[in-house]
Amino acid sequence: MLAPPVVWLGVLYLAALVLLFVAAFWKVDSFTGDLQHVWNVDNFTHIFQSSTYRAIALRTIGIAAAVTITDALIALPFAYFMARIAGPRTRAMLFVAVMVPLWSSYLVRVYAWRLILAHDGALNWALHGIGLPSVSVSYSNWAMWIVFSYIWLPFMILPVYTAIERIPDSLLEASRDLGARGARTTRKVVLPLALPGVVAGSIFTFSLTLGDYITPKLVGGTGSQFIGNVVYDSVGVANNIPFAAAYATVPLVVMAAYLLLARRSGAFEAL
Amino acid sequence: MRNRRLLAALAVCLVALAIPAAGSSKSTGLPTAIGAGEGSLNLVAWEGYAEDQWVKPFTAATSCKVNRKYAGSSDEMVSLMRSGGGSQYDLVSASGDASLRLIYGKNVQAVNPALIPDFKNFIEPLKSPPHNTIKGVHYGISLQWGPNTLLYNSAKVKPAPTSWAVLYDARNKGKITVPDNPIQIADAALYLMATQKSLGITDPYELNAAQFKAAVALLKKQKPLVKKYWALASDEIDLFKNGDATLGASWPYQTNTLKAAKVPVVDLIPVEGATGWADTWMLSAKSKHPNCAYKWMAWVSTPKVQAQQAVFFGETPANTLACKEMEKIAKGSCAQYHADAPVSYFNQIKFWKTPVADCGNGKQDCKDYSAWQQAWTEVKG
Amino acid sequence: MTETRATRLALGLWTVLVLLFLFVPIAIIVVYAFNSSNIQSWPIAGWTTHWFGSAWRNQEIRDAFWLSIRAGLIATGIALLLGTLASFAVHRFRFFGREAISFIVVLPIALPGIITGMAFNSLFVFGGINFSLWTIVIGHATFCIVIVYNNVIARLRRTQTSLVEASMDLGADGLQTFRHVTLPVVSTALVAGGLLAFALSFDEVIVTTFTAGAQNTLPLWIFGSIRLGQHLPEVNVVVVAVIVLTLIPVIVAQRLTRDTGVLKRR
Repeated sequence: MLAPPVVWLGVLYLAALVLLFVAAFWKVDSFTGDLQHVWNVDNFTHIFQSSTYRAIALRTIGIAAAVTITDALIALPFAYFMARIAGPRTRAMLFVAVMVPLWSSYLVRVYAWRLILAHDGALNWALHGIGLPSVSVSYSNWAMWIVFSYIWLPFMILPVYTAIERIPDSLLEASRDLGARGARTTRKVVLPLALPGVVAGSIFTFSLTLGDYITPKLVGGTGSQFIGNVVYDSVGVANNIPFAAAYATVPLVVMAAYLLLARRSGAFEAL
Repeated sequence: MRNRRLLAALAVCLVALAIPAAGSSKSTGLPTAIGAGEGSLNLVAWEGYAEDQWVKPFTAATSCKVNRKYAGSSDEMVSLMRSGGGSQYDLVSASGDASLRLIYGKNVQAVNPALIPDFKNFIEPLKSPPHNTIKGVHYGISLQWGPNTLLYNSAKVKPAPTSWAVLYDARNKGKITVPDNPIQIADAALYLMATQKSLGITDPYELNAAQFKAAVALLKKQKPLVKKYWALASDEIDLFKNGDATLGASWPYQTNTLKAAKVPVVDLIPVEGATGWADTWMLSAKSKHPNCAYKWMAWVSTPKVQAQQAVFFGETPANTLACKEMEKIAKGSCAQYHADAPVSYFNQIKFWKTPVADCGNGKQDCKDYSAWQQAWTEVKG
Repeated sequence: MTETRATRLALGLWTVLVLLFLFVPIAIIVVYAFNSSNIQSWPIAGWTTHWFGSAWRNQEIRDAFWLSIRAGLIATGIALLLGTLASFAVHRFRFFGREAISFIVVLPIALPGIITGMAFNSLFVFGGINFSLWTIVIGHATFCIVIVYNNVIARLRRTQTSLVEASMDLGADGLQTFRHVTLPVVSTALVAGGLLAFALSFDEVIVTTFTAGAQNTLPLWIFGSIRLGQHLPEVNVVVVAVIVLTLIPVIVAQRLTRDTGVLKRR
């Protein structure tokens, strides 16, 4: 039963990854772009010593975390409404409503956001209409935060919904019967049971943000490079796959730590 | 898997057998005649370089079906030509900052200009330019060229600028956009060439450590003023159209598109001069459709196609006979894009080329492209 | 119902706000499919239906669309099979390296897409494999497995093992138990996982860039078209058409899955 997935991922995918990461210890002839199979750790020393690469890694991780928290906060009440308050018809409609954005091209949705956030865009137009001062969020880290939160929101809503849907009514009723008020029931019963869903969703939102390079390119400003941008640029320029692979170990380590943490908290087992 | 590898190996053998059929001279290995087309052709191009108006007649005439892959930057072009061992694509419309990297990386092969009938009509400096011809060996056929201009919104920027200085002026904070491209360091160097003569910069692409440091420092000072580094031409168009930027470094293409959308923009070559690009169709070292590739290079060199592309993109054709055709398409376009300009005009533009360690003065003290790229990453932060 | 009226009202209001957040950009995409100018600016420059005709006649769009559909379907099929197998194995048995499995499964999506893309690219080049539909499928299936795996294993963990045991006790063999107990339990998870996996594959840009070679999937065509923006409204037309086309299977799947499952509550 296990053989096919293990062969696929273990042999095909891991082999591909190893092939790539071994290159992190090689170097490249800067002009011809030929790989030189000389074992060295220059790429790693360069990354650790340069404040630029540190800042880029911290920015990427920080925004990925902010996006994950934002999505969790948006998704929890929404998923609760969807799972426990909406009737079957409304729930079906909400389910479709969450899926539809996933089907409309990611790139085109990012483009739509550019129009909304632009200096003379829809947002400032609306703010003007109700007599508020305009905001200047276009092409900045704020814009990236908003757009990423938007793009990956469905990936948070769906697992959270599944988790909340599975909470038996009887548990909530018991909590109420025992005298717990709404807020207390939420804190003591709903949130702990919804947590596995949030963790599952956060793996998507966090890792998808961590690995993106197109959204920073399209809506980011001057100080908006992500790890993915550096990796992409390194591949294109001078074909520096060793440096790209070395820098790519940063998200690899971050995700490994994140998955371990998720497992430690016990939430992973309950997934 | 084994079967597929066998098939792949067979396919490679077949292709290898097919190439000599095109007929090649023994001494140089270059083809001496264009053989029958292989039925398809894979291009890596700038958008606007393979438009239906000249691709469709080409396919009709040669039965070579054209597959286009658009690249957003020179760096992307290089990585595309190197991906898949370079056997995926036949031709690339490389700019001068990419062409040498492709040649020295052995990603492209020598071509025979004698097979391109219009080659003799090319403007003299583009027949054997240093960015695509090494020791008399041609690694591609020149295509089009143009300057990188200063673009501004004439309704919002007053008085009208005449110098690149406006892009480094703190008064324009948050209104500036410049390309997201390491070769942008050359623009800073060009500006320093005119304003800080003590640095002794003679060529913006050949910078020693001190000159390089000064150019990078200037760009770091510019960064807080910049709204966005544009990566795609459509980025800059959006920025100008939606009021996010009023000043920027640009290509004529953006000017054309913005003017068509009734945005009050003007572009110019400032007093310090300008950098520019000269593009070349280069043949992949492992091209599977060399005959279709030669047919394409011949086709896009004809005056009519040269003119169509020049007017569409807003650039200058390599073929001097294209001027008349341009006038037929859009009156005044020949003069507008300097297709009739003398060689001296061409020579005042500092064309993109790949920075190398060898400065040409016998010393090896210039910063090479990978240094440029890393510095650019640090500028952007 | 355990919530107070005020809570339910507040949650309802929040839901409406989230829906607005989700659909304002979609509305903009739909509206700008009728834009007479090929630059997006606010408010819209003018109206035309011209782009619908030109998109319909565009052979490149058709080719890209079918390539994406084929790649998506095959990749989803593989992901459903492999994801289900992996989740059953991890759920049912304890074995050496069990922990590692769930890590490896998540890896393709946990790593930046660009890494997965580059890794496959070097593997294909190294193995002398020509880029084709199948190289795209291999890339897509790899990161789709986790979607199916996550959905199915979540469902399995919530299913009382007593159900399976009861079935066995009542004399059903393994296959019968699978058909009548396990499959109905996981079916909604499979549909949800399959839909998500297909959506992810259909819209993937980053990995595909490295595994498609000279072929264009729909997202790659879109990325090519928005670079210089000559055909921007045409891109919007395509997206609108895709939304309309996909609403049908999503709604059908939603109807199918709503009333199945032995653990149906209300």
